[in-house]
Order: sequence, then structure tokens, then C-alpha cells
Amino acid sequence: MTSLTTELVAVLVVLGLLLGIGLVLLLCARRWRPDQDSVVEQINAILPQTQCAQCNYPGCRPYAEAIAAGEADINQCPPGGQAGVDALAALLNREPKPLDTSHGEHKAPQVAVIDEDRCIGCKLCIQACPVDAIIGAPKLMHTVIEADCTGCELCLPPCPVDCIDLVDRPQPFLWPLDSIQIEVKPAPTEQERLHAHG
Amino acid sequence: MDLALIVISAALVNNFVLIQFLGLCPFLGVSSRLEGAAGMAMATAFVLTLSSVASYLLTTWVLAPLGLEYLRIVAFIVVIAGLVQLTELMLRHAAPLMYRVLGIYLPLITSNCAVLGVALLNVREQHSLLESALYGFGAALGFGGVLIALAAARERLELADVPASFRGAPIGLITAGLMALAFMGFAGFAKL
Repeated sequence: MTSLTTELVAVLVVLGLLLGIGLVLLLCARRWRPDQDSVVEQINAILPQTQCAQCNYPGCRPYAEAIAAGEADINQCPPGGQAGVDALAALLNREPKPLDTSHGEHKAPQVAVIDEDRCIGCKLCIQACPVDAIIGAPKLMHTVIEADCTGCELCLPPCPVDCIDLVDRPQPFLWPLDSIQIEVKPAPTEQERLHAHG
Repeated sequence: MDLALIVISAALVNNFVLIQFLGLCPFLGVSSRLEGAAGMAMATAFVLTLSSVASYLLTTWVLAPLGLEYLRIVAFIVVIAGLVQLTELMLRHAAPLMYRVLGIYLPLITSNCAVLGVALLNVREQHSLLESALYGFGAALGFGGVLIALAAARERLELADVPASFRGAPIGLITAGLMALAFMGFAGFAKL
């Protein structure tokens, strides 16, 4: 009998401990909900991550924070284009508005290419690149990692010999599968199937 | 004097990482960068100090009066897990960047055996509330200090000309071993 009650007490103590800690954690989770951050994260997920600073903020995340804080408008991101503005308007329940072209025009995705014959290895473009997509050493030729380049154009102004060009990003070849016509027959009815088996 | 001795004993003489070999997983896992190591040291210090206080209260007010000392380990683990979750919530709220830097090692403080070790040693040594708190704090100081020291050494080793087969974890382990040798010099300063 006594052993039964001590066991019961033990179970109750552990359950009480779990319940108490659970409640405290629940209250704290309510108190410190990262709601503000999650809005910034969602806005940041929509932005194109070119880090081009055309919105007058140093990068995409600062711009996302400014939007969340109500300091910036949603139509200042040219690389995101009208589609990006519409997505932000939908996320934030605001009226969609046209892209503010004073920040720049929307262009097709681009990638920087260094004319390696003209490059003098001054490293100025490496310092300007916001995504570290340019590699090279002093007085040696530099080159662009195409996969990491966002086409932000920030490497163009510092280059003293104008050896960087922006070209349209080569699109992966898509097989024109839509052009193959597939005839879709209606499924046979019950009667037709019985007929076929005769 | 005794209280100062407890802190010094836990931090240096009986350093939890280098002398007692507890909490080696975060010691090697988060010591590749100084920033991450500093954040981890602070998070672990918070959990260690609070958990030694909480486990003392739990032992004296709940487990001992009810004669349930055999539930000690289970109860301590539950308390530690709760505290780690609390730390995680606070850190995510206050420093999202640090939260991302620490990554998986933050919830893994739960399984840092130094934390459970401090709580159990407090019971074994029959520390009072203040002594428990100081013991936990001293252990946190020792853990954090050693972690930051190893991170600083490993950051420099990144640039050193290390033979290929020793690069990365092996040279980190050798560094940790040399640090443990150095810490043996503290032996005899104070008894636990």
C-alpha cells in the first residue's frame, strides 16, 4: 500500500514538473513571439536577393526591414519587377502599385562578364561585389562566378578600365515538350468495355 | 573565501572540459569561430547557472521531502531541457543572428553533460543554494573561457601551415589536449 502511494507520488511529481515547465515555456513563447522578424523574413523571401542597393538601402534585408517598419514603400525594387511589387502587396494587404522607375527599370536577369584581356587585377570590383561572386588576386586576372552573380551592376562604376560587361543570363535550354501533341481519348464507358471483351 | 574557492575550483582546478572531460561535443563543435564560441559560452553560462539553482530548489523542496531522490536524473534532465528551450526563445527574440550562428548546438546544450554533471555534483557535494549557484557559475566560466581560448587558437590554426592529415578536427583535438596538459598545472591549488 505505502509503496503504491510513493509510486503514485513519484508519477505525479514528474507529471507536475513536465506540466509546469510546459506552461512556463508556453507563456514565454507567447511573450517573445518572433512575429516582427517573421514578417521581415517573409518580405525578404520575396525580394530577389540581388543586393543591388537600387532601393537606396544597402541590401535586400535592410530594405525588407524598412518595409516592415513602414519606412519604405513596396515599389522600390527594380529587379523584382512588377511581379515582386504585386507579391509584396498581397503579403502586406496593400494596394498594388506600379514600380517606381526612379529607382531603375526592370530588366531580364543579367550576369557580369569580365573581359579578361583588359583586366589589370586592381581588385576594386571584388570589394564592390555584394555577393562575393568575383574572384581574383592583386595584379592577376579576375573572373566572375556566374552562378553567384546577381547582375547588380555594382562592379561597373569602380572598374578603372571598363572591362566588365553585363550580358543577359543564359537561360537553360528547355525542350519544347509542349509542342508534342498527345491525343487524349475519353475513357471507355462500361458498355464499350463489355463489348470489347465480347 | 570558501565561496571564492568554489568558483576557482569549478573554473580552473576542476575545469569541466579539460580536467573532467564533460561537454566535449560543443567544445569541439562550436570552437571553429570566435563569435560563435562567445555566443555559445554565454548561452551555456546562462543555462548552467540557472539549472544548478533550479536543480538545488527541486532537490531540497520536492525530491528530498518526498523521498524521491532516485528521480533526480530524470527531473534534472527535464529542468535542463526546459531551461534550454527558454534560452532558445529568448535568444531568437533578442539576437536572431546569434540564433542562426549557433544553429543545432543551441538545443544541444540539453545534452551537454557538463550541465547535468554540475547539477548532480551539487547534490553530491551537498552545496547550499548560494554555493550551487556559484559552482554552476564557476563551471560556466571555466567552460566558456576554455571554449573561447580554443576558438581563438583554432582561428589562428586556419592560417598555419598544418600537415594535410592533421588539418581540421585532428589539430583541434591536439590543441585541446595541450590545453588540458596546461590545466593540469592548476592541480593542487584547491580541493573540490
